Amino acid sequence: MIIQALVFYLFAAVVVASGVMVISARNPVHSVLFLILAFFNSAGLFVLIGAEFLAMILVVVYVGAVAVLFLFVVMMLDINFSELREGFLQYLPIGALVGLILAAELILIFGTWAVAPEAGQALAAPALPPDQLTNTHAIGQIIYTDYIYLFQAAGLVLLIAMIGAIVLTLRHRPGVRRQKIADQVSRRREDVVEVRDITSGSGV
Amino acid sequence: MVEFWWSYAWPTIWIVIQILFIVVPLLIVVAYLTYAERKVIGLMQLRMGPNVVGPFGLFQPFADALKLMTKELIIPTGANRVVFLLAPMLTFILAMVGWAVIPVDEGWVLSDINVGVLYLFAISSLGVYGIIMAGWASNSKYPFLGALRSAAQMVSYEVSIGFVIITVLLAVGSLNLTDIVLAQQDVWFFIPLLPMFIVFVISALAETNRAPFDLPEAEAELVTGYNVEYSAMAFALFFLGEYANMVLMSGMTVILFLGGWLPPLDIAIFNWVPGIIWFALKVSAMLFVFLWVRATLPRYRYDQLMRLGWKVFLPASLLWVVVTAGAIVVFDWYPGVVN
Repeated sequence: MIIQALVFYLFAAVVVASGVMVISARNPVHSVLFLILAFFNSAGLFVLIGAEFLAMILVVVYVGAVAVLFLFVVMMLDINFSELREGFLQYLPIGALVGLILAAELILIFGTWAVAPEAGQALAAPALPPDQLTNTHAIGQIIYTDYIYLFQAAGLVLLIAMIGAIVLTLRHRPGVRRQKIADQVSRRREDVVEVRDITSGSGV
Repeated sequence: MVEFWWSYAWPTIWIVIQILFIVVPLLIVVAYLTYAERKVIGLMQLRMGPNVVGPFGLFQPFADALKLMTKELIIPTGANRVVFLLAPMLTFILAMVGWAVIPVDEGWVLSDINVGVLYLFAISSLGVYGIIMAGWASNSKYPFLGALRSAAQMVSYEVSIGFVIITVLLAVGSLNLTDIVLAQQDVWFFIPLLPMFIVFVISALAETNRAPFDLPEAEAELVTGYNVEYSAMAFALFFLGEYANMVLMSGMTVILFLGGWLPPLDIAIFNWVPGIIWFALKVSAMLFVFLWVRATLPRYRYDQLMRLGWKVFLPASLLWVVVTAGAIVVFDWYPGVVN
């Protein structure tokens, strides 16, 4: 148990420290790299509580895909670092307010006060006790069997958001030549090659 | 004190010993993979390949390693030092840690975790960071262009690899790599899932930045892409990482589609051969395909590469997920799920 506690504090300390570095690093690329470190250590925390499926999904989705795109965008930006710092004091009160509200909410949730004490009993438990079920099966049971319609509805909302983003940014520029693979494949010799007899001395 | 030894110290030492038993053979395999590549491509092009250092040139990898170790490590003045040095280490470490979950024989695995396949997928999706960080930290245009190409390419092909893994999981009903191999006792998955096997092998080529998808290091246009500014051991780590990734992807292909350590037929003579030999033979065959493809095919154009990933492989693998799931439901082929 001591080892587990030590590992927990190691991961937790790294998460917090890299979270601080995300907002305080001078170079935005370093910020993203610290963000990745934070994600990675959060995955370690998930493994510690036995949620290995969530840990792996966190790494695959956030570290493997989302953060790559972040890094992509941030590396391409031409940022003047001193300009970024200018608005710091101006935005500090709002930021501090948001932080305070979040902290207060967390304290309310994890403190003794409960909004609806009976709500916990309404939660659906996995069909089998956890020692007979891997947590991948348990998650599948909950989101694909017990709450399938809600889960699909959430998926549809995301799909609509994605289509919306594509529609908003899609534009057809005239005069752009695109490669049409089907045309190239269906091209036949007879359509494009013509054999002519040319008498010498005259042009085509 | 005795309790401390048996509950903490000895397990740690035992795990370190096991890790050494995985990493040391792996490094030897990687060293000889570079030799095999030069020899195979040499023979395919009617050349001799390395034949000077030792018998048949067998000591060539060690000569190369010594050369790289004794060279000077140059860090460009404009480079971001920490990230510049972190990138090759990251590439190398990520290529090694994937082997923690690969079962080379029944029970011969460092960590038999329930989400083994997802772990491998996560590790291989992290490989892109070494390359992006190297390209950015070098502060030079060719590495940066190479890194951008590589990032886009790896993210694109990961999507189809993910769907291929899902089809295999549908057929197995477990994310544990040992279960995946044992599910192939009757028939190896490359027969019923042949289209997915082809998609996976091609995506593995793209994921490891190998020919014909080696655009990140296209030497004719980008010199060698992301590792232009690297020298000595930093360069060697990139090189080792790239080849170790090839071995890892071959291992993954063998486990997902070629029956892992299982012999091709369940008859006595084949069963006498230890499983690890079958595993090694299959991985070698996959690695030979990697080398063969490099010697045979010309490099893809970048837009064609993207088209292949997004417009051909993604719909094809998505369709095959639906077909596989439909077949399992219709014919009631549910694999042995817990409940």
